[in-house]
Amino acid sequence: MAKRIGTQTVRFERDICITASAAVGSKKEAEGPMAGCFDLLCEDSNFGETTWEKAESRMQKDAVNRALEKAAKSPADIHYIFAGDLLNQCIGSTYGLRDLSIPFLGAYGACSTMAEALGLAANFLESGAAEACAAVTSSHFCSAERQFRFPLEYGGQRPPTSQWTATAAGACILEAGGQGPYVKEFTAGKMTDYGITDANNMGAAMAPAAAATLQAYFQDTGTTPGDFDTVVTGDLGAVGSELLYELLERQGIDLRKKHTDCGLLIYDRDKQDVHAGGSGCGCCASMLSGYFVKELQEGKLGNILFCATGALMSPTSIQQGESIPGIAHAVHLSGKREG
Amino acid sequence: MTNREYEKLNQKKSPNSPLLKNCICAFLIGGGICALGQGLGELYQYAGLEKLDASAAASISLIFLAALLTGLNVYDNIAKVAGAGTLVPITGFSNSITSPALEFKSEGLILGLGAKMFVIAGPVLVYGITASVLYGLILYLFRLA
Amino acid sequence: MMYLKAFLVGGLLCLIGQILIDKTKLTPARILVSYVVAGVILTGVGAYQPLVDFAGAGATVPLTGFGYLLADGVKKAVASDGLFGVLRGGLTASSAGVAAAIFFGLLMALLFKPKDKS
Repeated sequence: MAKRIGTQTVRFERDICITASAAVGSKKEAEGPMAGCFDLLCEDSNFGETTWEKAESRMQKDAVNRALEKAAKSPADIHYIFAGDLLNQCIGSTYGLRDLSIPFLGAYGACSTMAEALGLAANFLESGAAEACAAVTSSHFCSAERQFRFPLEYGGQRPPTSQWTATAAGACILEAGGQGPYVKEFTAGKMTDYGITDANNMGAAMAPAAAATLQAYFQDTGTTPGDFDTVVTGDLGAVGSELLYELLERQGIDLRKKHTDCGLLIYDRDKQDVHAGGSGCGCCASMLSGYFVKELQEGKLGNILFCATGALMSPTSIQQGESIPGIAHAVHLSGKREG
Repeated sequence: MTNREYEKLNQKKSPNSPLLKNCICAFLIGGGICALGQGLGELYQYAGLEKLDASAAASISLIFLAALLTGLNVYDNIAKVAGAGTLVPITGFSNSITSPALEFKSEGLILGLGAKMFVIAGPVLVYGITASVLYGLILYLFRLA
Repeated sequence: MMYLKAFLVGGLLCLIGQILIDKTKLTPARILVSYVVAGVILTGVGAYQPLVDFAGAGATVPLTGFGYLLADGVKKAVASDGLFGVLRGGLTASSAGVAAAIFFGLLMALLFKPKDKS
């Protein structure tokens, strides 16, 4: 049975493995330094579909199908699928996964959704409610722009703190038993709001949540950043990462040397016009599914703490002047069964 | 940490927009668009239009050009550099109408293209026209016109 | 000479807009609204006509010029039509530009497709 440790963390006692994973991306991701990590890169960001929303759904479907293929499973073998995206009512997931006929549980945690989906899937596996689950999230630059910001062809300038929504999706197949990186612990985060209202500075809105969740995890488990090969945050970008260091330093935790941010990993900020880095559900999902899981499988990484971050706002709340609550969930992944 | 302390820290860590570079680009490109408007106006006058009509024809030409460049996926790339230089001239108004029309076509010709056309430019018309009506009322009531 | 004046005055109006974007939290839509309303007010107090005379397109092409057009139209219409002119003047004077923006916007939207940014 899962054991609750400390205030927010769950430790899993079954062997919960990510047995397969797949990442899908588009042109900008293909031009970035992580191009090699994607299973599928479609130069054309409409993925052969007629709307951006359909393109996003297509990415999610492709990611799940590719992951199933790698796990040598059919949709019928999957007991539950946990999925989410950034679109209103999560239609990216709805229409992407509609035809798979897998029991579907939609999740929303903005860009933190991948960690939320992993945590939920792991808990379902731990309880014995399922033997195989899938977790998938996606984001699409174009569908996010038109929902959250401006039409694509609108002539606006992006401030340097803004982040670039990744056109990407990542899917993981989780099983009780089997081969693959182990999901050891899950820390669900609390919403943290330090009053940031600028929708063009999501890193700043999310950094306090990441700091709070990481601190809770370290406290609950009695670990330090030194116990991990790397602590991976979702999409804090350049500004958010700096703020995270500062916030944790004040708590006596030094993260600088052990930290990787998916938003900084996925693009080359010097060569690609992405300002503070990448963002979106698909950013950390694709980096986890395409890069970190493989590194863990191959033994290049031993232990990582995957802490996906999300900014829980909507265009409506921003227009009404509400501040942006941040959320972050942490998942401890280990290449080895013990430790 | 209080919200105010965090905002201070955020200000410190957030890079500012490159103001000087942005201002130079806005000045040059915005000025260039106005000079082009002047040139077109004189051209139309030369072709026989009256001064006011020529000026209107120049504006219409700029509006057309901006709409065309928006359709050709070029305007946003110029605007990325030009900032207010492409926002403030009438071309920015044209772009703000064409871009949502283009974007929301996928939601249908009536409630998508037709309605969303004014999401950005609508307020300009609403408050511009309201201001002119108020001005007209003042002129009328105080017999200034 | 007129070109240079148009360039300098138009450029300056854009430069002010850029400072507003970078230094305040004003969104582009708010800046557009401010410019048009400012154009109406400046014309009302008699400050904009001299600028138009001086810089031509440098003053009429920026959105303050749209405000100028509205205010100038209302003024003329009130003089000729009285109370009706209050409502008629602004849109009549700016009708060509507004209709052009709507028509060309619709036309381009029908002809083209939005594309991903690079």
